[in-house]
Amino acid sequence: MAFDKMELRDIEVWDGNFAAAQALRQCQIDVVSAYPITPSTPIVEGYAKFLADGYIEGEFVMVESEHAAMSGCIGAAAAGGRVATATSSQGFALMVETLYQASGMRLPIVLNVVNRALAAPLNVNGDHSDMYLGRDSGWIQFDAYSPQEAYDLNFIAFRVAEDHDVRLPAMVHQDGFMTSHTAQGVKTLDDDTAYGFVGDFKPMNDMLDFEHPVTHGVQTEEDWHFEHKARQHNDLMTKVLPKIQAAFDSFEELTGRKYNMVEKYDMDDAVVAVVCMGTSVETAREVATEMRAKGIKAGVIGLRVVRPFPFFEIQEVLKDVKAIAILDRSSPNGAAGMLFNELAGAMVNEEKRPLMSGYVYGLGGRDLTKKHLVDLYTELQANVDAGKVTTPLQQFIGVRGPKLQFL
Amino acid sequence: MANTGWDEFEIGAMLRTFEGEAGDIAGTLQEDRNYTQNSSFSASVADWRIEKPVFNKDFCIDCQFCWVYCPDISIISRDKKMIGIDMDHCKGCAICVEVCPTNPKSLLMFPEQADEEVEIAQWPAKETKEK
Repeated sequence: MAFDKMELRDIEVWDGNFAAAQALRQCQIDVVSAYPITPSTPIVEGYAKFLADGYIEGEFVMVESEHAAMSGCIGAAAAGGRVATATSSQGFALMVETLYQASGMRLPIVLNVVNRALAAPLNVNGDHSDMYLGRDSGWIQFDAYSPQEAYDLNFIAFRVAEDHDVRLPAMVHQDGFMTSHTAQGVKTLDDDTAYGFVGDFKPMNDMLDFEHPVTHGVQTEEDWHFEHKARQHNDLMTKVLPKIQAAFDSFEELTGRKYNMVEKYDMDDAVVAVVCMGTSVETAREVATEMRAKGIKAGVIGLRVVRPFPFFEIQEVLKDVKAIAILDRSSPNGAAGMLFNELAGAMVNEEKRPLMSGYVYGLGGRDLTKKHLVDLYTELQANVDAGKVTTPLQQFIGVRGPKLQFL
Repeated sequence: MANTGWDEFEIGAMLRTFEGEAGDIAGTLQEDRNYTQNSSFSASVADWRIEKPVFNKDFCIDCQFCWVYCPDISIISRDKKMIGIDMDHCKGCAICVEVCPTNPKSLLMFPEQADEEVEIAQWPAKETKEK
């Protein structure tokens, strides 16, 4: 093929955006259809530069909105190309209508979502509002906590999404600015090894197969729609997680880096645990270690795969834990948090289940500090000692004003 | 087909046009093509129509205007000879009647239930131009 390879050092200093852009280059994406938005812009900018500099054989399509960006991706994917894009926040919100088209049409697009708050008030910093907005869209959702993981999970996302038994689009999430703009050491793969892991794109029902013409994007009413949605849900519930596990295993064999549906830190004998996503996981791990020095058996559970929700892995890891704090970085706006509800749903019929309390934190990029987490673990230990949840079910962390707690 | 379960069709609400390979599709007449049941060619939309075109070949000059203008490819023409209307796909828009240049017209619209032979027997006469 007519493109140059790039020499990379074993460890490069990359932020999450550049790491994702490098992964898109190494996967040799055929089409990136994109519209810029902070903080995800450098991902597609990076792809465009690699393309202009002759490191990729592909096509960059500049469009007029995120709705058009995902629509362009859908057309290119239906035509039979390897396709990716990136967005954040308001752009993600504008994409939502087409997200359902992509997953319903079973097109293996990879979308890098650099998590950012949703207006109003306008805010460019990281929280998980956009990630939560995509949770019923029928996409696979991976969560990266660092630039390294943003890089690695892109390869894994393509490998899983393009599998003919899966054929579902996948999002790779990373926290806006905290991951996307924070440069860290990233262990790289050389171009051939990286491309070898995802492999050549294997088309399925592509529109450019003129010997087998197909119609994509059809209409079904009450006589057919339910069956198609049921099929998609069935595949998400039964086929995707085993494929993700297989991709995690191959990736570990290739790189030595091990990923899990549910990332466990000091959970073997943990009595109390914090469950969270994104960059908060790393902070919580540091605090958990410090809590152990103080005699509190603390652990951390990070969700690596948000959709499909790893129901059974959660049941397994929580069966001997006494109390957990579930952290939602998105305003539930009138309910318990999504993560709280998912975990409560997973545990509701279990005989042994931990005391559960929910926390809303970090909206609009507000820091989750070590002090917050020390208080949180202390509160969890108090729950264990009392044998019941001693606080209201939902509390807010790090917000100014009178203490907010509900339920 | 109507009783097919969720696990019995291809993913992605994707529909195939032909059974097997398309082959020399441009050189194959529609009636000889191996369309699937999912192709719109296999489906009748005749019940969308409330008025139907009736073709009277006595006045037709085979100009092909109706064939060119029909938005539903429902004018059947072979070797540049107009031979009839595909009544499974005609939606009764009357564009063929509008563009027909003969006098009297070779295509006219009638209610769906009209009898073709009766209507052709009492076809309007040629209009004379008045000065």
